[in-house]
Amino acid sequence: MLIPHPLLGLRDAQEFTYLGDAALLNRPDGMAEGAEAAFAEYVYLRDNPAGVHRELWFHEQGDRSWLVVTRDTTTHEILGAELARDVKLKGGAA
Amino acid sequence: MHFSGLRVIREALTGHKGWKPLWRNPEPQPAYDYIIVGGGGHGLATAYYLAKTFGRARIAVLEKSWLGSGNIGRNTTIIRSNYLLPGNEPFYEFSMKLWEGLEQEFNFNAMVSQRGILNLCHTDAQRDAFRRRGNAMLLAGADAELLDREQVRAMAPFLNFDNARFPIKGGLLQRRAGTARHDGVAWGYARGADMRGVDLIQNCEVTGFRIDGGRISGVETTRGHIAAGKVGVAVAGSSSRVMAMAGMRLPIESHVLQAFVSEGLKPTIPGVITFGAGHFYVSQSDKGGLVFGGDIDGYNSYAQRGNLPVIEDVAEGGMALMPMIGRARLLRVWGGIMDMSMDGSPIIDRTPVEGLYLNAGWCYGGFKATPASGYAFAHLLATGRPHETASAYRLDRFARGHVIDEKGVGAQPNLH
Repeated sequence: MLIPHPLLGLRDAQEFTYLGDAALLNRPDGMAEGAEAAFAEYVYLRDNPAGVHRELWFHEQGDRSWLVVTRDTTTHEILGAELARDVKLKGGAA
Repeated sequence: MHFSGLRVIREALTGHKGWKPLWRNPEPQPAYDYIIVGGGGHGLATAYYLAKTFGRARIAVLEKSWLGSGNIGRNTTIIRSNYLLPGNEPFYEFSMKLWEGLEQEFNFNAMVSQRGILNLCHTDAQRDAFRRRGNAMLLAGADAELLDREQVRAMAPFLNFDNARFPIKGGLLQRRAGTARHDGVAWGYARGADMRGVDLIQNCEVTGFRIDGGRISGVETTRGHIAAGKVGVAVAGSSSRVMAMAGMRLPIESHVLQAFVSEGLKPTIPGVITFGAGHFYVSQSDKGGLVFGGDIDGYNSYAQRGNLPVIEDVAEGGMALMPMIGRARLLRVWGGIMDMSMDGSPIIDRTPVEGLYLNAGWCYGGFKATPASGYAFAHLLATGRPHETASAYRLDRFARGHVIDEKGVGAQPNLH
């Protein structure tokens, strides 16, 4: 798989390590009411869709940036990639 | 139809005209007491034990494709009970004991072959960890032997003992482990269930659950609505998709695991050999093919096929461990979809929906668990209580902090 890095162009997926669903960008507030349940859900539960999936990849063997890659889990087709930083600043991965 | 040596001789003398299909192909009834979703190894085993051991009737297995078309036909056929943690080891040893009596139990040749599994170690620390694991296995009634380097060499002289990075220092051997004919297991359970009146309904995909006031009342399928008292879901690989229809999110990611088989060779590998440090394990099938594999690809996938970098990684592991494998030609590569759970251990439990039960999260260890998983799931469906060896496999253990993390890597499914 080739990942279209927004700064570096097409990069081999082997340069990256995979973390998982980009919803992990939306970390719950540890001080809020019901934080324990919110964190149990955040840490352990996943949508795990068959189809389009937004996910976090770390460019470990490259510029060490975190990307949000949009990929189809039924075909492995990569539909796009953004810097996770930009996604987070825009309000997180919905 | 009972299988026996005498029967084989009689059929041979009478032109093999007496063999019958192993199971019926029934139309779905409007209602059942028990519906098992998923006609793979675990689902068929569940139906079998539900009918035979727990004496239940009016049971159906719904399979969207043909029986045994998922991971029961895609694995590398290894059976073993060499786990460490108290939540796991008694369960897998229970499974191992069921394997040992399985062929007599269901009167079908599953080619269970206890040829042993050898885990290789490369450092003093790893040997200590193996000693601890071996002791845990012995405490749970399993067998384990710690081998030194020369004992390993006597068993498998073809290994590369002097690899610069991972020199072989010894190994943990479980002699009772081995392999079984994976399709034969599915067929044996299917036939045994069918003989006891279970309806095995193929090409019948569940498209929804009917839930009234928090209680399950049936399933919607591509062949119409079927009412049910209790529904058990055993669809590893697709658990998240199926349970989403009941409004649930699971502690599971689906990942692809690849497996490999070489051309047929003369007998060379004595049992199953695992080289965990190099992401490689290998055994030899009765046809002679080297059956081997490595790690999952590592990203969410429902594709039933992987990518080339992992094939390269597995091939490198094989070359590092047993350089002679470089002369063998690869015959096939395929992939299967694993329910990778958040702690690497499975789930056999009730769900928040009354009457809906879940059997999931087998990671890449589901095949060896088939008999005990079916037994424990049938126990739960029939009695409402978990089987004593499966009582740790609760769905809510993650939120409660009672995870069963054999590898100790945390909530990171692609590392289990």
